[in-house]
Amino acid sequence: MLLSMQGISKAFAGVAALRSASLEVGRAEVMALVGQNGAGKSTLIKILTGVYRRDEGTIALDGREVDFAMPAESQAAGIATIYQEINLAPQRSVAENIYLSREPRRFGMIDHAAMRRGAEAVLATFNLAIDVDRPVARFDAATRQMVAIARAVTQNARLVIMDEPTSSLDEREVAVLFETIRTLKRSGVSVIFIGHRLDELYAICDRVTIMRDGQTVAKSAMADMSKMDLVRHMLGKELAAFQAMAADGATSDRPVRLAVEKAGAGVRVRDVSLTVREGEISGLAGLLGSGRTETARLIFGADRMERGTIRMDGKARDYREPAAAIADGIGLVSEDRKVDGIVPDMSIRENMTLALLPKLRKAGIVDRARQDEIVARYIRALGIKCASPDQPIKELSGGNQQKVLLARWLATDPRVLIVDEPTRGIDIGAKSEILKLLRGLADEGLSVLMISSELEELLAAADRVTVLSDGSSVAEIARKDLSEAALLAAMAHQMPQGETA
Amino acid sequence: MQAILRPFAIKSSGDIARLGVILALLGLILFGALRYDYFLSPYNILSFLRYNSMFALIALGMAFVIITGGIDLSVGGTAAMASVVAALLSPHHWAAGLLGGMAAGLAVGAVNGFIITKMRIQPFIATLATMLAAYGTGLLLAGNQSVSVSYDSGFTVIGQDDFLGFPIPAWIALAAYVAGWLVLEKLPIGRHILAIGDGEATAGLMGLKVERTLAGVYLASGALAGLAGVVLAAQFGAGQPTEGVGWELFAIASVVVGGTLLTGGAGSVGATLAGALLLAMVFNILNFENGLGWISLSAYWQSVIRGAFLLVVVVLQAKLMKKHEGA
Repeated sequence: MLLSMQGISKAFAGVAALRSASLEVGRAEVMALVGQNGAGKSTLIKILTGVYRRDEGTIALDGREVDFAMPAESQAAGIATIYQEINLAPQRSVAENIYLSREPRRFGMIDHAAMRRGAEAVLATFNLAIDVDRPVARFDAATRQMVAIARAVTQNARLVIMDEPTSSLDEREVAVLFETIRTLKRSGVSVIFIGHRLDELYAICDRVTIMRDGQTVAKSAMADMSKMDLVRHMLGKELAAFQAMAADGATSDRPVRLAVEKAGAGVRVRDVSLTVREGEISGLAGLLGSGRTETARLIFGADRMERGTIRMDGKARDYREPAAAIADGIGLVSEDRKVDGIVPDMSIRENMTLALLPKLRKAGIVDRARQDEIVARYIRALGIKCASPDQPIKELSGGNQQKVLLARWLATDPRVLIVDEPTRGIDIGAKSEILKLLRGLADEGLSVLMISSELEELLAAADRVTVLSDGSSVAEIARKDLSEAALLAAMAHQMPQGETA
Repeated sequence: MQAILRPFAIKSSGDIARLGVILALLGLILFGALRYDYFLSPYNILSFLRYNSMFALIALGMAFVIITGGIDLSVGGTAAMASVVAALLSPHHWAAGLLGGMAAGLAVGAVNGFIITKMRIQPFIATLATMLAAYGTGLLLAGNQSVSVSYDSGFTVIGQDDFLGFPIPAWIALAAYVAGWLVLEKLPIGRHILAIGDGEATAGLMGLKVERTLAGVYLASGALAGLAGVVLAAQFGAGQPTEGVGWELFAIASVVVGGTLLTGGAGSVGATLAGALLLAMVFNILNFENGLGWISLSAYWQSVIRGAFLLVVVVLQAKLMKKHEGA
């Protein structure tokens, strides 16, 4: 046994995040660590790596008890972590990032030539040939991840922790990553693989540890655990699978609320047309880099449109800034909660009413009573799990943060809500909850434009799907024609004759 | 061939800004040389270097601080206080003045480092407080007037004499810049300073000793400000408790013109020197322009022109960087 964590407990501000959790990882083993958001996976990992101190419990590495007070200590002991938001210094070069804090030296000075050679050599083992002198910010997410893994390898890591490593990778890149994991395994390195996509877990992991509500609820060999059981353990209840929630094509005769006609700006958005009708969820699909998020930003006035027209209820609109779009009843829940959405240190109450503050003014100051009332209503309506409205939002799980963001926009009473990857990084249980929420809102008349990378999500919830490819809309698929095959074909831009939009 | 070209290759948009300031400096020198008879006279060059070495010293410390994403507003006050301390100690021995002044700077740097890393106070606030405290301490020690240095102990040599035909302050600044370049470009600690400026949390997760490094950077900035104070006292023969006002802004401007991002994570020692020289050169050229007799600019107008020049350079840099990033 390489790693054994037993009886780990941890509380934040009196709220238990972990209650006697455990985790064991064998040598050269890939351990899946799964659980819903807020189950305690991240907390457990941060305790292992010395980011947090535990309240109770023991950690043994190679049979010897350890107690890491800071990340540097766990790294020295051979534990490397590749975080979800890949932790590299963006402006430093690839080579520097791989060797930072362990630079090869000659006469006390950095041996740049050796560093460059070493970086190239280790990247070559992953079949990656890039200019290692370039800043890492210049490379895509997959490459940055490889750099982070290369860093772990050169640290002689015995245990590599990967926190949702595939969340920003496409299929080909995932295959490369898995090959890398197999290489690590062959050289005796163990991996803790935190992930949500079941197929990936079964493809790469040997064993699985399942967490729920701060506890370890199941441990098993991957092969002995059926998908159904795995999900059941995670959710703690029978899985309510995504059932078809769409309005069954009944929306196609409703009036168009938002229409985008031949919109374009720069090279990312070339020629996009789409419509969102009253009371429907209109899906926006496409591979990474197809221009989905950029299209949303154009509609929202966050970027300037250079070509084309946007119509709201038939009237041409040109939003010069988001404030204008918001005033017209458009809301945007952005893809990256951490960067564009939440203000981490502000409370749930403040985060939720941020977009609403101008309307909450009474004689110039914020009407606290109305604010409290609105916040209480949405916490109840969306089932947001929190200690109190004054809790900092950063303490909530990803799914609950997303609900607060949704509430922020719902409170402004929008007519069109754009949601960009609304279920990114949140667990299956919360996913179907969010989808149901959006469906319910649409049924009440809201027009939703849902950007999603997950086919099941689009298949389950969308009334129509517009597919983007390389900055252009290449297909609009109506509910009755919607299938996985149709979506995939459109994304690959191989539409059969006569169906191109 | 590629290995030879590598140092000149432009890998990041910051490189463009840094290249730009060096070109601007060369352009300004060429302009001055062609327009004014005595611009390249030994007298002008030497007095230019002698006077501006002080500013170059504090700009160097400021560059390191800004690369970490911080700011050090205390450097002007520190230099003023250090000049008083150096002047008071100079009768004992020239080295007492030198080391005493630097120690005064180190002390302020240590306080800055402690407040910023241990008490987790924003650098802007922390160094604003120590700036006021340093000015106050200087005035207290000096009894609210300038303090004459000893002309017998050899202390004034530090500011007024030459070595191998160049002013000693210029040699001091040169040595400091060579050391600074070594630290930033060649020693691991320099890479760590850059990485910390790129993101403190990330740097911590990568196993860097963030607090210790940051404290070291503020110590260095304090020591360099102290050294600038020593040069000030030695050059003008007196500790000047009321000097140093606005020096921190000159230093910040030099660093920014040198292509160092105020957000941290990128910067260069050489370009900072070029930035400091560039701003000083504008002043020098305005003096010559006045000397031609066609126009007469008051010190106030010179300040306005310098500000405008700074703005033009920074805007041009931003445009160039944007263009490069778009490419």
